[in-house]
Amino acid sequence: MELSGAEITVRCLQEEGVDYVFGYPGGAVLFIYDALFKQDKVKHILVRHEQGAIHAADGYSRSTEKIGVALVTSGPGVTNAVTGIATAYMDSIPLVIITGQVPTHAIGLDAFQECDTVGITRPCVKHNFLVKDVKDLAVTIKKAFYIAATGRPGPVVVDIPKDVTSATTEFDYPKSITMRSYNPVIKGHAGQIKKALQLLTRAKRPMVYTGGGVILGNASGELAQLVRMLGFPCTNTLMGLGAYPATDRQFLGMPGMHGTYEANMAMQHCDVLLAIGARFDDRVIGNPKHFFEEPRTIIHIDIDPSSISKRVKVDVPIVGNVREVLQELIRQLQASKEKPDQGALKSWWKQIELWRGRDCLKFDRTAKIIKPQLVVEKLYEVTKGDAFVTSDVGQHQMWAAQFYKFIKPRRWINSGGLGTMGFGLPAAMGVQLAHPKAMVACVTGEASIQMCIQELSTCKQYHLPIKIVNLNNRYMGMVRQWQEFFHGNRYSESYMDALPDFVRLAESYGHIGMRVDKPGDVEGALKEAFARKKDLVFMDFITDQTENVFPMVPGGKGLSEMILV
Amino acid sequence: MRHIISVLLENEAGALSRVAGLFSARGYNIESLTVAPTEDASLSRMTIVTTGSDEVIEQITKQLNKLIEVVKVVDLSDGDHIERELMLVKVRAVGKDREEMKRMADIFRGRIIGVSDKDYTIELTGTGSKLDAFLSAIDRSAILETVRTGASGIGRGDRVLKI
Repeated sequence: MELSGAEITVRCLQEEGVDYVFGYPGGAVLFIYDALFKQDKVKHILVRHEQGAIHAADGYSRSTEKIGVALVTSGPGVTNAVTGIATAYMDSIPLVIITGQVPTHAIGLDAFQECDTVGITRPCVKHNFLVKDVKDLAVTIKKAFYIAATGRPGPVVVDIPKDVTSATTEFDYPKSITMRSYNPVIKGHAGQIKKALQLLTRAKRPMVYTGGGVILGNASGELAQLVRMLGFPCTNTLMGLGAYPATDRQFLGMPGMHGTYEANMAMQHCDVLLAIGARFDDRVIGNPKHFFEEPRTIIHIDIDPSSISKRVKVDVPIVGNVREVLQELIRQLQASKEKPDQGALKSWWKQIELWRGRDCLKFDRTAKIIKPQLVVEKLYEVTKGDAFVTSDVGQHQMWAAQFYKFIKPRRWINSGGLGTMGFGLPAAMGVQLAHPKAMVACVTGEASIQMCIQELSTCKQYHLPIKIVNLNNRYMGMVRQWQEFFHGNRYSESYMDALPDFVRLAESYGHIGMRVDKPGDVEGALKEAFARKKDLVFMDFITDQTENVFPMVPGGKGLSEMILV
Repeated sequence: MRHIISVLLENEAGALSRVAGLFSARGYNIESLTVAPTEDASLSRMTIVTTGSDEVIEQITKQLNKLIEVVKVVDLSDGDHIERELMLVKVRAVGKDREEMKRMADIFRGRIIGVSDKDYTIELTGTGSKLDAFLSAIDRSAILETVRTGASGIGRGDRVLKI
């Protein structure tokens, strides 16, 4: 029997086991929406803005091991989605985004709601397709799912003209697919792994530095096993938090611009650095020249060869799937006679404990006004470290990363690479749908939350009991902090006048709003909010306007040149 | 340093723009870029001439390999190779210059492929520097128009880029 392109699209999603599609209808995708209407396997979540659809699919994917799927219409549907797509691309999140396009005969004629989707999204996707013939549709969607999830993951756009969704053909969904031009390396080179092992066992001041790749590669178990076997210190980047339990003694906290003193000092002064699924980002190593003033040998495991020796020269590159490489490393370590140098490790740990003793994350606990750090700390206590936490971008994001101790992977959901304000709330929707019973908190600020505030309406429609923790300091806090430090306290356009009354705003969307302005009320408010298991609660915490994020490595400075409290 | 990179890629709409987009997005230089289908019509062969430090060239080849439609990448400058570029140049050819222009074309093993009473169109093949040499050898004011293809390259002997 022949099916229409629209029916084929939906059947492909069913074959891929997709349970949620996040989207927004429009002219070019009407046939696809009609096909969705006639079935109930794939559930559609109607967002209020296409950016929200992509972030929600993104949050869904980050909190599971699955591919997130979104569906938007042509023209403005696509351009609105671009921020979401670029966000996913920078953090290597596997998404398949189906976009409607004007009919093939109208392409290139400046038709209504036409844009060059493939052209606009090209620089921010792993790959994209324009399907011009319905006969190519099923195999193209199969390729999209395959490309999105394998190798270094990323978003894939499939652009489908309207006439292709109405044309018919036989439906045959390929079980598997091979592409001669795309064969990601999986197994690491055994010889290189052996070399790495020798360096690790002979190291005097070793350090393990891991990024989002360990989370995406589902290698947290292997990482923890290896780090414990070696007895080395470990740091997780902003994208990698939760890969190694933050409550463990061997964990030094996050490195980088707002990393801990001990993590940054250990990164700077180690003699052997084992980098796993991390990319030596500018926010992580600071000034590369300064980083290289201290000699160290670097081993780098990554699935993407182009991540290796991009910003810093690496001594032992290992290209492969992080999990497989770590398994091999563990096997070789177990079989090896060489073990880490305990004497050297002892004095290295002594040094690290001195750095740790600096207590770089201390803040004033006696303040009369709410300190934002306190809110995150209480959030951690009230949720017993078991919540999924999404965030937006800015000071609140850094405090969430510093003060919430993530003990499991895929629990910390934030836009690390692109730094997209507005990410937190829609991402939390995807997380909550994927984990209906779980506690989901969105730590945000009054500036970020307003960038996708319309999604409160989506939360109402689908009964998503997200807990919004709004750290309201009436400033774009991180902008203000930089202006204070580097622009002579000239707070140019970083103060938000005329803020909405968030309590009433939440109420008008049908949710519960709370305002909290006393430190003593923080814990109680959080407890009350989380006790309301069926409700979205918007907690508006009125926090200290002058608080800054410390430590801080100023732009262009080296890792050991932190500003400390 | 100057490098000549050969790329074998799927002959699909948009593949060229992915390569061009990659170079502009990451700030790499393109001195020239040529592309055409191979004997297997499903594949295109591209030759890119670029300049950059060793680190940049390493990144260029890695980033090219990362493109989904790219099948193989070879830096021809890593070994023995041959490169050729085609140039068509239209020159003024009147009076005594007409004979001189014919002589210069012969010296550079060019062929005159277009003739009118006022001009010649000369076809010239060779390395980029040979073409440059021809242009500087003739009277500059005689040049009416030039068009160059950019370099195409191929490895010598056993160096074969094929799937």
